Amino acid sequence: MNISRERDGAVGDGRPEADGTSPVAQAVGVSKHFGATVALREVGLTVAPGESHALVGRNGAGKSTLVSILTGLTRPDTGQVYFNGEPAPPITDRNAWRARVACVYQKSTIIPTISVAENLYLNRQDTVGGRGGAISWRTMRASAADLLQTWNIDVDPRIEAGRLTVEQRQTLEIARALSFGARFIILDEPTAQLDGAGIQRLFDRLRSLRAAGVAFLFISHHLQEIYEICQTVTVYRDARHVLTTPVASLSKERLIEAMTGEALGLREAGEQAAPVSAAAPEVLRVDRLVGTSEFGEVSFGVRAGETLGIAGAVGAGAVALGETIVGLRKPLSGTVSVAGKPVRPGSVPAGLAAGIGFVPEDRHRQGLIPLRSIEENLTLTVTDRLGRFGFVSGDARRRTATALMQRLDVKAAGPEQAVSALSGGNQQKVVMGRALASAPKVLVLIRPTAGVDVKSKESLLGTVEVATAAGSAALIVSDELDDLRAADRVIVMFKGRVVAELPRGWSDQQMVAAIEGLQGEGADSGE
Amino acid sequence: MVSEMADRVVERETPAAVEVPTRRTGPKLARFRDFALIPVIGLLLVAGFVASPFFLTLDNMVAVLQQSTELSLVVLAEALILLVARMDLSLESTVGLAPVIAVWLVLPAHGSRFNGLGLLPGWTAVPLCLAIGALIGALNGLLVLKVRLNAFIVTLGMLITLRGLQIAITGGQSVFELPSSIKYLGRAAWLGVPVSVWICVVLFAVGIVALSWFRHGRSLYAIGGNADAARAAGIRVERVVWVVFIVGSILAALAGILFVGRLGSIAAGQGAGMIFRVFAAAVIGGISLNGGRGTLFGALTGVLVLVLIDNVMVYGGVPPVWEGFLDGVIILGALVVSRFTSGEAQD
Repeated sequence: MNISRERDGAVGDGRPEADGTSPVAQAVGVSKHFGATVALREVGLTVAPGESHALVGRNGAGKSTLVSILTGLTRPDTGQVYFNGEPAPPITDRNAWRARVACVYQKSTIIPTISVAENLYLNRQDTVGGRGGAISWRTMRASAADLLQTWNIDVDPRIEAGRLTVEQRQTLEIARALSFGARFIILDEPTAQLDGAGIQRLFDRLRSLRAAGVAFLFISHHLQEIYEICQTVTVYRDARHVLTTPVASLSKERLIEAMTGEALGLREAGEQAAPVSAAAPEVLRVDRLVGTSEFGEVSFGVRAGETLGIAGAVGAGAVALGETIVGLRKPLSGTVSVAGKPVRPGSVPAGLAAGIGFVPEDRHRQGLIPLRSIEENLTLTVTDRLGRFGFVSGDARRRTATALMQRLDVKAAGPEQAVSALSGGNQQKVVMGRALASAPKVLVLIRPTAGVDVKSKESLLGTVEVATAAGSAALIVSDELDDLRAADRVIVMFKGRVVAELPRGWSDQQMVAAIEGLQGEGADSGE
Repeated sequence: MVSEMADRVVERETPAAVEVPTRRTGPKLARFRDFALIPVIGLLLVAGFVASPFFLTLDNMVAVLQQSTELSLVVLAEALILLVARMDLSLESTVGLAPVIAVWLVLPAHGSRFNGLGLLPGWTAVPLCLAIGALIGALNGLLVLKVRLNAFIVTLGMLITLRGLQIAITGGQSVFELPSSIKYLGRAAWLGVPVSVWICVVLFAVGIVALSWFRHGRSLYAIGGNADAARAAGIRVERVVWVVFIVGSILAALAGILFVGRLGSIAAGQGAGMIFRVFAAAVIGGISLNGGRGTLFGALTGVLVLVLIDNVMVYGGVPPVWEGFLDGVIILGALVVSRFTSGEAQD
């Protein structure tokens, strides 16, 4: 049906049919080159009115380029874009584009320093008289209040937008898009920064908007979300269109296969791992550690070769606990010891010296120095080993970095390439490599696979396995089941307390129940 | 197994989602912030009154206002530029150079200590001066926006270049022979109030109205807050920033004209070293160095605070040799205080 036609259209130069139900958006035979790199090769996409259409692909598949072409920010080399069956307006006519399509980017386009109302009506404020007239703040606030009410957004239009939560900013962006008259909205990783309840509220909102005839192009790394919210899915791989099909008729195995081009799905990390020997020495000991406000008394030990998961929802204190262990935060009381020796609390250098390597939560903020080279980023924590008296040997650095890049399978032009030029998955590998560079006794990973595609996720978790096999202890702080599954046992935190400890072999329901603070069956309460 | 892979707990922990607004300042409080310095100004008036009976007199107050006009105009310029998250250090050199070039083009080629080119009639001195300001601003804008150089280093280089050019033209001397047209604005008075004060009041009023009620003015806040978002909203970011650079330099040139009139000559170092006070006044007045936050009214109160501090020191009998030191200390202190009253880290 629609799919095959679109598939053909993607190759040929078929124009959309003007049969009254023309697609809200359609890209036909679109190609785009950036220098020598081919970003898109003769791809197509068709979004029907009122449809939620998923666009998936690994990092570098060409999704962002297509978004940029569909929103009129980039001109395709070849091919055409149609909206409601009509050719797209000229690139310079921003307002015409905005009346047809809107994009909610990962990076917020809300301006934090001005009011909510003004954000909604930026550069088209209500004025007295013509376009050049004075702004009528009263009218503008009233229109903003109306708009917010129409879409059920409970926000005071007068407050500064910087005070809104991520979720509120996102709904604000959607409302703004709708107010331009656009009935086609692109959501680029909209759930990446939301917590579970926020994601559900977003999905509820999307469902009700879809019922009102709004179509969505939904881009996400989380395949489950696609099954939850989308009807149709299009897969791109290596700048090419791979398939378009109704979501319901596509199994997850086949979807992953289409994305990776490999017939095997994600290997269950650590599934076959042998149980940790009870004789293995305890490498990390956390003793009656108390956070300033985030978590109460926590004690546990991790043996050499063991991986411990720490699970918890937003505000459960799991991330804070992880950050306290590595020294990013200072605890109120309690000790962290590595191989029997206490580590000075609240000091990252002390942690590193004691042998704690870590992958911080936010790779952009704490993990990477984006403009510096891969090798420099990789060796940041081990400069003392690369030469004497503070002198860093270039050769030694290059050798260390190259070895790490190989070990982690970082895809890059070379160790001298700037980290900012890498895809998200590869950036995270560099952060991981930095943690491993010091050959740590204890490896702490805080939400290591956030915003990373399936293939990179697999290789990152595989690296942890290799490190523990070599005798390190690993700590994975996460709430992604995939990450936690790699752990030998998982302690679950809820509202700052450890509420459960689950050995390997837990079911998803058990884990979710424990994280949500519902003591599900079989979840034996921990300490 | 594979199907489970895609299952995941929807709960995820992000710093962004649990972000607690740290600044609890609504629009009302923001307006209060505008008036935050009013009590300080009141306090300074009281201090001056205690220090000397001659301080709180009409004559002195008018003199204080007149002396602060040049600084105010440059602060107005810098505030606009800071709002779009740029900076211009060269304004202080424009204050000196623009009148010098204008006068040089106008003065006769011989017959006095400072020989000009005599190319244009005397009345053109003022428009020429402003045009030269516009030219300097356009050049700064070109280097920052088209060549994409950092505004700090460009305008620092421009500061030195312009100052050097002024010394080259004047031979490092002050210029005393001046066409009367350029002296008028700085020394005349309308209705008993110096023209320079009128100019200042009008320009600040125009600026406040434009930045509060007009789209082009509001776009400055949008650009300074998030330039990409402003661009996405259809604001011509580069053009607006360029215009802001040009307007800023014109205002600096106008400040130069007011100096010339008030002092009756173009000092060799006219405007030199004032940029620190300009930035200090803007920041104390609540203009964010990160762009997008602050008001012109706030900046104006910042100027008044600095000028009153100076004046109070004079009447308080502070030895002149200590004035520079105390001035610096007080400004640094005021910056620390304003850091906490505005609640914004300046990193």
